[in-house]
Amino acid sequence: MTWTLACATDDIDAEDLIRWDHAGQTFALYHSPEGEFFATAGHCTHENVHLCDGLVMGHLIECPKHNGQFDYRTGEAKRTPACTALRTFPVRVEDGQVFVQVS
Amino acid sequence: MPKRDYSLLGPDGARAVETGLAAAEWYHSDVPRKQMKELMARSDAPAIRDTLILYGTMILTAGIGIWLWPSWWSAPFWLVYGTLYGSASDSRWHECSHGTAFKTPWMNRVVYEIASFMIMRNSATWRWSHARHHTDTYIVGRDPEIAVMRPPDLVKAVASFVGLPDVIAFFPRMIRNALSGPTPEERSFIPESEWPRVTRVARISSAIYAATIALAIWMGSILPLMVIGLPRLYGAWHHVMTGLLQHGGLADNVTDHRLNSRTVLMNPVSRFIYWNMNYHVEHHMFPMVPYHALPRLHATIRHDLPAPNRSILDGYREMWPAFRRQLAYEDFFLKRELPPTARPYRDEFHAISPGLPPGQPDITSAPATPAE
Repeated sequence: MTWTLACATDDIDAEDLIRWDHAGQTFALYHSPEGEFFATAGHCTHENVHLCDGLVMGHLIECPKHNGQFDYRTGEAKRTPACTALRTFPVRVEDGQVFVQVS
Repeated sequence: MPKRDYSLLGPDGARAVETGLAAAEWYHSDVPRKQMKELMARSDAPAIRDTLILYGTMILTAGIGIWLWPSWWSAPFWLVYGTLYGSASDSRWHECSHGTAFKTPWMNRVVYEIASFMIMRNSATWRWSHARHHTDTYIVGRDPEIAVMRPPDLVKAVASFVGLPDVIAFFPRMIRNALSGPTPEERSFIPESEWPRVTRVARISSAIYAATIALAIWMGSILPLMVIGLPRLYGAWHHVMTGLLQHGGLADNVTDHRLNSRTVLMNPVSRFIYWNMNYHVEHHMFPMVPYHALPRLHATIRHDLPAPNRSILDGYREMWPAFRRQLAYEDFFLKRELPPTARPYRDEFHAISPGLPPGQPDITSAPATPAE
């Protein structure tokens, strides 16, 4: 497992997310209200819609198409039509940069 | 000319999957992220205010209706109560199914369950049917919520103003769901984990209707049914009047909501009952924007949308002749003109006719009636 530089911390507003594509995969990177950073798979598990246009509310990400919700810290599906958990990835912050451990 | 097959398990649905029409990427207007976040922001206040007005008015008018019963002087109060029961419940069901009406999740859930019961929709089933409607809006064989199929059944459309087709379909389905769970078609869009919930909701609804009917028999009066059940018939007119305008006469099998949805400017009373769903292109393009922010969204992107119809009447003047033309030629649809400031329609996917293999365009269209 290697840590891959994804973005700078100030690339993501607090309580928001951005899309990050790497090595043929797409991810969603989150900046929580407490200043922590998280990473999940980019697409909603309900349908193939990218979460990057969704709304972050506290620790929830809401899919922009059908309003399914996930806890982006754990990936747990919190509101239908999302039923299956999002895959999550370890994140490390160092010197103002966000690294993701991509499998 | 091949006929459309609206069955969710039929060949048109399978073809939509093969050609990429199903679960496709849809067009949306550009809105800066910061502005979109402001538009998507949730708030409890507008929906609490509207819900208090709604339920307060319903309790008041039903109370006066019961007090004046059986005098005809009670009729105006039943009309108001019934319209709120049989029509405002449609928009409350809709907004709360998206989870956007309130900021607080349990408030969305409570109003959703009440509204689903009033509008006679199984709350477990219809949550999923509406998700499919947003994935595959007016894709033939995929969308389970196509209100007017082609060729249009205008007798059914007119009968729906008094709720007849929906109510006649609802009760046998409720009993079937209560006894044996979702139907095969329902199982095509509801995950298996939710099937027990469909059964449970159907059993609760059955029990409430059975109790209401038993009370009416015991009292020797239809009064209990005037409060529960019958308003879905005598109060349905407004939600049908506004709902037919959402997509009626417009294109199917396209991936641009500007082509298959209609925005209509409406009077404040209708907008309260309809909870701003008259901004229907905007809602489909950005379903996360709450009803109370849709006027702002409309102002933000209207340069990229066809001009809205100026009133309900204006919408019907455009839609009804299209329905009549579809009686003779079902491939006819209204193609809405874009303003010069808009990004043009994409060609890909827009030239596939139901019943024809991909690559054989056969679309007949006419410009929508220009706004006067």
